[in-house]
Amino acid sequence: MLTLAQRDFYRGMCMNETLADAGEARAATSETPLSFARFVNVQKSYDGVELVVKDFNLDIRKGEFVTLLGPSGSGKTTCLMMMAGFETPTHGEILLKDEPISGLPPHKRGIGMVFQNYALFPHMTVAENLAFPLEVRHLSKAEIKEKVAKALAMVRLEEFGDRRPAQLSGGQQQRVALARALVFEPELVLMDEPLGALDKNLREEMQYEIKRIHARLGVTMIYVTHDQTEALTMSDRIAVFNDGIVQQLASPDELYERPENAFVAYFIGENNRLQGEVTERIGDNCKVRLDSGDTVVAKAVAVSGAGTRTTLSLRPERVSILRGDAAEQFENQFTATVQEVIYLGDHLRTRVSVCGNDDFILKTPNAQGYGGMRPGQQIQVGWSSADCRALDA
Amino acid sequence: MAIPSYATRGERIWHYLFLGICGLVFLFLIGPLLVIIPLSFNSQPYFTFSKEMLTFDPAGYSLRWYHDFFTSSAWLNAIKNSFIIGIASTFLATVLGTVAALGLSSRYMPARGVIMALLISPMIVPLIISAAAMFFFFSKVNLAQTYVGVILAHTALGIPFVIITVTATLSSFDTTLIRAAHSLGANPTRTFFKVVLPLVTPGVVSGALFAFITSFDEVVVVLFIAGPEQRTMPIQMWSGIREQISPTILAVATLLVLLSMLLLTTLELLRRRSERLRGVTPE
Repeated sequence: MLTLAQRDFYRGMCMNETLADAGEARAATSETPLSFARFVNVQKSYDGVELVVKDFNLDIRKGEFVTLLGPSGSGKTTCLMMMAGFETPTHGEILLKDEPISGLPPHKRGIGMVFQNYALFPHMTVAENLAFPLEVRHLSKAEIKEKVAKALAMVRLEEFGDRRPAQLSGGQQQRVALARALVFEPELVLMDEPLGALDKNLREEMQYEIKRIHARLGVTMIYVTHDQTEALTMSDRIAVFNDGIVQQLASPDELYERPENAFVAYFIGENNRLQGEVTERIGDNCKVRLDSGDTVVAKAVAVSGAGTRTTLSLRPERVSILRGDAAEQFENQFTATVQEVIYLGDHLRTRVSVCGNDDFILKTPNAQGYGGMRPGQQIQVGWSSADCRALDA
Repeated sequence: MAIPSYATRGERIWHYLFLGICGLVFLFLIGPLLVIIPLSFNSQPYFTFSKEMLTFDPAGYSLRWYHDFFTSSAWLNAIKNSFIIGIASTFLATVLGTVAALGLSSRYMPARGVIMALLISPMIVPLIISAAAMFFFFSKVNLAQTYVGVILAHTALGIPFVIITVTATLSSFDTTLIRAAHSLGANPTRTFFKVVLPLVTPGVVSGALFAFITSFDEVVVVLFIAGPEQRTMPIQMWSGIREQISPTILAVATLLVLLSMLLLTTLELLRRRSERLRGVTPE
């Protein structure tokens, strides 16, 4: 399910212990009293019966890169369209620099937008496309020429000004779309799955390009995607959407390290799930009796007390294989049966049966002594209670 | 169309038979038109080929009927009327039809089917019924026997063609372009003239062409509504055949064939150009 790049990314993340600290530092420095864009109790229904967006609240700081991440149909694009003015909220208010903007038509909001299908004007050349928002704003010919040249240079398409969009590749078209959304210097840029139509390599290249431009211009960006890698690589903060509500709003590392509910844990990265019932609460931890009968000590995140059903979430790289002379001691230690070993070069991905779960995944570095596992073999696995999060059922 | 090497004998025979049938269909369609052209150069006042013509004797040919046409005030007046009415009603039909098609393609449009059917109806209702109805109505409001009356009637007949062609073009129109234009700061008017109109031009142009041709060769409505002053070309030809059998009509017909060929070629070139500009076909 995960691409190699994603694996690289997660491995990089879990090996970098300073990452969590970095996240805290970022949260502390970027705090400014004035919020730049705000959704307040926004609801949206298309048919008057079903709410596509149930109760959306989001405070976006100036210069921030916020991603709305979620599966299709979760309401994330609708939120973006409401900010752009193409949809009106059924209830609630959207504020831009503390001013409500419901009364403003899209063309007066001054928000740049990049669309999934690029939406370049096919009858205009690239330069004419870029000049369009400037002509609308009645800039002088010389100014337009200068700004267009600058924008083309920004996306490294200097020589393509006279081409028509149909003569460009997908990646080039997307860069033009990006340049067009930025050329009139909006303070806020919305992106609706802008990289969805590109192939994988190009997508990664564009992610860095967008990130670079964001860092350089300091423009505020709201980005919509269903691709978690994209969200994790690019964002300052991510709002994970499901069912029309925000499941968790946090920085990428926070989301990965400390998911607050089962959906987030499942949606972000890979995760092993164990179902059970809380039997006892001990401070921050709780004892959970699994459906298989085993008992696990886990960190109580979203459980109330004894008797509640829970889903335990455990990242594959946080599970250790214990050697015979195990120096490490874990609260949770079980015997597992190896089902399948996938060799991935720098690491091994092992599927085992443990605690009644046949799809339990372990990720172990391909270091000395870890190889040589065979299907059918019995091994000892263990994990600490801090890495095992008891979430909602 | 090449025959593949694996074709059987039967398939080969059918292939040539098929080409033959196609040829016959074309002959059936344009044969009568082709006969008219040499006949219009007849030096005799007959509608048949004279002996001289058949032996290619130059004496058998003349430009007599063309001369006749260009010096007859009745014919010149008719052609002037046809152009005035044709151009005016095409303009109106194109503007109204395009606007209607845009409105009908909007997602907020209620009762779309009913309104579409109503607007298309002049094309479906038998012409004689529309003509009679318009005659009674226009008489009441003093529009009968006026240019305005004929122009309005022809506009109603032309609108369906424009609506159909523009709607067809709009169906392949990417509406996010409109959103993109708005997000870039263009108001709806500017968006329409700078983004929507240039992209639906091919549909507008071919709709206009159909509207013009409809008006240009329309007889029934003109018979009902027009007075002697609004005599158009088709009426003049019609009465020309009935009252004074003169080959002038052949000269006129030849000129009209030439005109329509010219018109079609120009418009096709225009359409190709605009398609190329839209980036539909790579240069």
